[in-house]
Amino acid sequence: MKKLNPLLIGLSAIMLGVSPWIINAAPYESTMGLVQKIFYFHFPSAILFLVAALICGVASAIFLFGKKASADGWAIAAAELGLVFGTLTLVTGPLWARKAWGVWWVWDPRLTSSLLLWMIFCAYLLLRKYGGPGSDKLGAGMALFGMANVPFIYVSVNVWRTLHPQTSVVPTLPTDMGIPLWFCFAAFTMLFMALLNLRARLEHQRARVEALYLAEDEA
Amino acid sequence: MIASFFRVAWHVMRKDLTVEVRSKEVLLTTLFFAVSVVLVFSFAIVREGRAPDDVAAGILWVAVSFSGTLAMGRTFERERYNDTLRALLLAPADRPAIYAGKLLGLLVLLALVEIVLVPLVGLLFNAPILAFPGRLAALLALGTLGFAAVGTLFAAMLVRVRSRDTLLPVLLYPITIPVMIAGVRGTAALFQATPDLAMAQFWIGLLVFWDAIFITLALWTFEPVMTE
Amino acid sequence: MNNDFETLSVVDLARYYGRRKALAQVNFTCRAGEIIGLLGPNGAGKSTLLNILATLISPSRGRVEYGARTAAEGGAEVRGRIGMLGHDLFLYPELTARENLVFFARLYGLTDVEAAAQASLARAGLADRGDDLVAGFSRGMRQRVALERALLHEPRLVLLDEPFTGLDQASTAALVERLRERQQAGCILVIATHDLDVADGLLSRAIYLKNGRIVGSDDDSRGLSERYRLAIQ
Repeated sequence: MKKLNPLLIGLSAIMLGVSPWIINAAPYESTMGLVQKIFYFHFPSAILFLVAALICGVASAIFLFGKKASADGWAIAAAELGLVFGTLTLVTGPLWARKAWGVWWVWDPRLTSSLLLWMIFCAYLLLRKYGGPGSDKLGAGMALFGMANVPFIYVSVNVWRTLHPQTSVVPTLPTDMGIPLWFCFAAFTMLFMALLNLRARLEHQRARVEALYLAEDEA
Repeated sequence: MIASFFRVAWHVMRKDLTVEVRSKEVLLTTLFFAVSVVLVFSFAIVREGRAPDDVAAGILWVAVSFSGTLAMGRTFERERYNDTLRALLLAPADRPAIYAGKLLGLLVLLALVEIVLVPLVGLLFNAPILAFPGRLAALLALGTLGFAAVGTLFAAMLVRVRSRDTLLPVLLYPITIPVMIAGVRGTAALFQATPDLAMAQFWIGLLVFWDAIFITLALWTFEPVMTE
Repeated sequence: MNNDFETLSVVDLARYYGRRKALAQVNFTCRAGEIIGLLGPNGAGKSTLLNILATLISPSRGRVEYGARTAAEGGAEVRGRIGMLGHDLFLYPELTARENLVFFARLYGLTDVEAAAQASLARAGLADRGDDLVAGFSRGMRQRVALERALLHEPRLVLLDEPFTGLDQASTAALVERLRERQQAGCILVIATHDLDVADGLLSRAIYLKNGRIVGSDDDSRGLSERYRLAIQ
């Protein structure tokens, strides 16, 4: 697993470096033109954001109920990555919105749901940081609630927004758009996996150092 | 087993209500705070003596949410005072039952606050609160239940944390947004000029689901999260 | 299944808070009818140890055995055999003494709660003050109610955290009397205290704690102040 990380990072760095050309080669979308190409970064970010939420929730459950201490490292790593990819999603989204519809923010159901989930990640990380001793357990409890909310956030925000008319932004994908999308998706996913591994490993090693320190002057 | 759960929850609730009836401190301060919230929002929103449409529902639920958070913090502050929370955890009683007891006590308190708040909002904004009393009561009951269920757990979790006063709303609000959306939109559907009963029904249904899932989750996580 | 136990064993106990060792390598055993004193300076870990014995804090390492079972195995039943008088007394000031006792009696599943509460009030010498709010009691009176609250369910293991703090002569004597009576009844009593004069002559055994470790223990309960000084220095 450890050996894989430099490979993943290297590969994703190369792919991301090359991506502008591949994206440039993709055809323009009919209604929105050039701006639509943010989609190739926006979509993978959004998906990985949700994946991070899932991982954080599952790891928190394992930590709290399965009592596996190492699960906590994965939970915090996933939360931090969720924050990063969520920020990416929430920045690329408004950039797109500005050019496509002329406003920075619209209460688009998906954007709003993402904002809520992003805030839950922020709250989780604030709790971990300022919660004092024992905040790993408290954070795990809170993360469970956050993740259990995901379907509800989706449903309630969607219904909330359909009361007012809204331009839809779901393009259907012809193959020559599919290629750059999956290319960027692969690049982002590899980056995500590598970062998750590294961050979780950092957390596990921190715990090991602490255990060694504590065992130091035992008989 | 089930009987002892309800027995313990009932006694914890009774104890909380006895304490509250003696001092009435939390009830009165929460009530006053809720009324202040309604007024502050009214001044912020009312223009030329008229409130924009649909605003009554929003203001009602914001007041419930803000004052509820305050009440939660205060009821657990009481348990911190003489470390009685420790005594409760020490007893051979089912820990989730203690959570349930505290939740019930909080619900009674918030119900009393809402009994004052709803007519007030109806009065100030000419909202038709008596048009569909059953559905309105259901929305309020289910929404308050969901909000209080998560809040009670979080307030208990934070009892030993130093920045608990600021962390409670930070944690609580993002998680209970679906409840807020359901509550506000459902109430608005009932208050609007041509009431949308189907919509209100939908939101009530959503709240039932949300409450069921999150109360179960809270009962499961109370014990692991409270043991140091 | 018998929930009662005759011995309390602490095996290789440690408790860490991050990098701070609140307790480390704590080992001792005690039996029914013993009064164990936990002595040591502030911050030695006495309260932490008491809380672990009460099952309120879980150890980072090692275990506590109540008879043959640990806290995890025993669960709620083990808690039912433990009574604790905390430093903060665990009483609701807004309730009367009787109401406090009745509430906890109910939590502990006692059958005749009113009678139990009345008996406790009598033993505390507060039968006539039973319906007054605890908020109006002096420290000594609260202490007596709190002690009876801890003993309502006739626990096997009685844990006391600094019970002699702020008590006058009469109250101290009454407390010592009650503790001796419990000792005769076969309880295991563990007392964390600073008050060496009172502890002198009361304890079966003294355990000296410093910086989370046991630095000495002995069975001779006389000349405690001198031996404390020797052990802790």
